[in-house]
Amino acid sequence: MKQPIGTPAGVLWTPEQPIISVVDVRKSFGAFEVLKGVSLDVKKGEAICIIGPSGSGKSTLIRCINALVEIDSGSILVENQEVNDERLDKLKLRRKVGMVFQQYNLFPHKTALQNVMMAPINVLKQDKKEVEERARKLLAKVRLTGKENNYPGELSGGQQQRVAIARSLAMRPDIMLFDEVTAALDPETVKEVLVTIRELAEEGMTCLLVTHEMKFARDVADHIYFTDKGVIVEHAPPAEFFENAKDERTKTFLGQIL
Amino acid sequence: MEALAEWGRALYEATGINLTILYDQFDQSRFISGIWMTIYLSIISLFFSVIIGVVGAWAQGSPIKAVRWAINGFIVLFRNTPPLVQIFFFYFGISNLLPYVEDADGMRAPLFTNIQWAIISLSLFAGAFNIEIFRSGIEAVPKSTLEAAEALGYTRLGAYRHIVLPLAIRVCLPALNNNLVNLLKTTSLAYAIAVPELLYASKQIWTDAQNVPTMMVVLLLTYVALVGVLVWAMNAWERSMAVPGYGQGRGR
Ligand SMILES: Nc1ncnc2c1ncn2[C@@H]1O[C@H](COP(=O)(O)OP(=O)(O)OP(=O)(O)O)[C@@H](O)[C@H]1O
Ligand SMILES: [Mg+2]
Repeated sequence: MKQPIGTPAGVLWTPEQPIISVVDVRKSFGAFEVLKGVSLDVKKGEAICIIGPSGSGKSTLIRCINALVEIDSGSILVENQEVNDERLDKLKLRRKVGMVFQQYNLFPHKTALQNVMMAPINVLKQDKKEVEERARKLLAKVRLTGKENNYPGELSGGQQQRVAIARSLAMRPDIMLFDEVTAALDPETVKEVLVTIRELAEEGMTCLLVTHEMKFARDVADHIYFTDKGVIVEHAPPAEFFENAKDERTKTFLGQIL
Repeated sequence: MEALAEWGRALYEATGINLTILYDQFDQSRFISGIWMTIYLSIISLFFSVIIGVVGAWAQGSPIKAVRWAINGFIVLFRNTPPLVQIFFFYFGISNLLPYVEDADGMRAPLFTNIQWAIISLSLFAGAFNIEIFRSGIEAVPKSTLEAAEALGYTRLGAYRHIVLPLAIRVCLPALNNNLVNLLKTTSLAYAIAVPELLYASKQIWTDAQNVPTMMVVLLLTYVALVGVLVWAMNAWERSMAVPGYGQGRGR
């Protein structure tokens, strides 16, 4: 561990504790500091939205949480497991934390069903029959029954994104990270994806979302974080955030976007 | 068979075109075993060259500098030297440095036969090109696809095996196709170390039967047919791997 900070790592996690605890995280790409000491807590079952202008480090922040990006200093605990640790068992972390990307990133040589089934079979070595059953249920859940045998190239953006969500859920994660998952979609298809995510959040899945969909954030989020230039400017429950933003930067941003 | 032999003799009497491989038992059997040897060399070297390509391209992405250098050195060495020189290098050069073994009759025999050396050097020759070909395919796989695999818990090797390589192969099949056709043709160089492949057998036949122009034509046509079969097989493979909306299968 580079910098032991905050809750003692490795201590058995109980649901009363934050499921994700980010403490004073810093990250630079070259000379450019993208995260300048970011802290946030997520409780189990919460839906957290991160909003902020382009380039403020939102993607970088959530990619740190599943160790796609290594941080320079600070601490990230996921169920009390320190992510900023070279001995980190990445597989164990990624079983807990699912991620959905802006560009879907499906595997183009596999059908929708195979995309969902692959990781549990290849990575977790689970039984194929059992995985297939689960995969079909997940595709039904994201309303893609009938599309099981279509390749990503034959699906619309919204359909691909829902396959990507099902693919992540097939690993049975405790936490889902969504990085602007509707940003590449047509306005009509945005809704179908948001409905799926909202259902997940309502079922109690812990969700951390980067989004530009303000109405969605307002309806679904338990808490909203606003980032700008690598720092969290302010955070509040949605009602308070949208009605009574305190910081000038937040007000300007909301003014432009609403 | 007998009818073919009859026809061969009649053709010779009528036109002077002497296809000894049709009616002469001995010529026929050495010609056919020449074809088999060429097929054998091709299939075995093709197999090993693809393995070298797949493993080499993976190792080329290794975080260890020494490994990358070793692979690049290997590629430069085998790409920038003539394949005939490589075959001589192994058969006359390396072979002499290796220990000898005793064969069944208690005779001193080299560790590898000329056929084995041909396979080794042809595999390395084509393998060096295959590494580059696979690498170009790997580079065409978007980083974001790899990231998605990583986020699902795949290790580097797992992602290579299940995602990167299958995608890379689809991208680089045309180039791979070319290189494997080239490999089949290059097996004729094994002639130089007396491997009784197609060219070697044909040469023996035309020396004995004095039918050089005829055998030349036969030889050319036989290679055309062999390469034709390989290309057909590769195309069938390419079609079977086509995926709607990706690479060659786009727009179907
Ligand atoms: N791998 C990288 N190497 C170098 N710079 C990077 C890298 N990833 C991100 N950056 C830089 O870090 C900054 C923050 O990027 P990030 O993607 O986190 O922003 P963001 O808030 O998600 O923006 P957007 O809303 O446009 O997605 C940007 O200026 C970006 O150019
Ligand atoms: Mg982003």
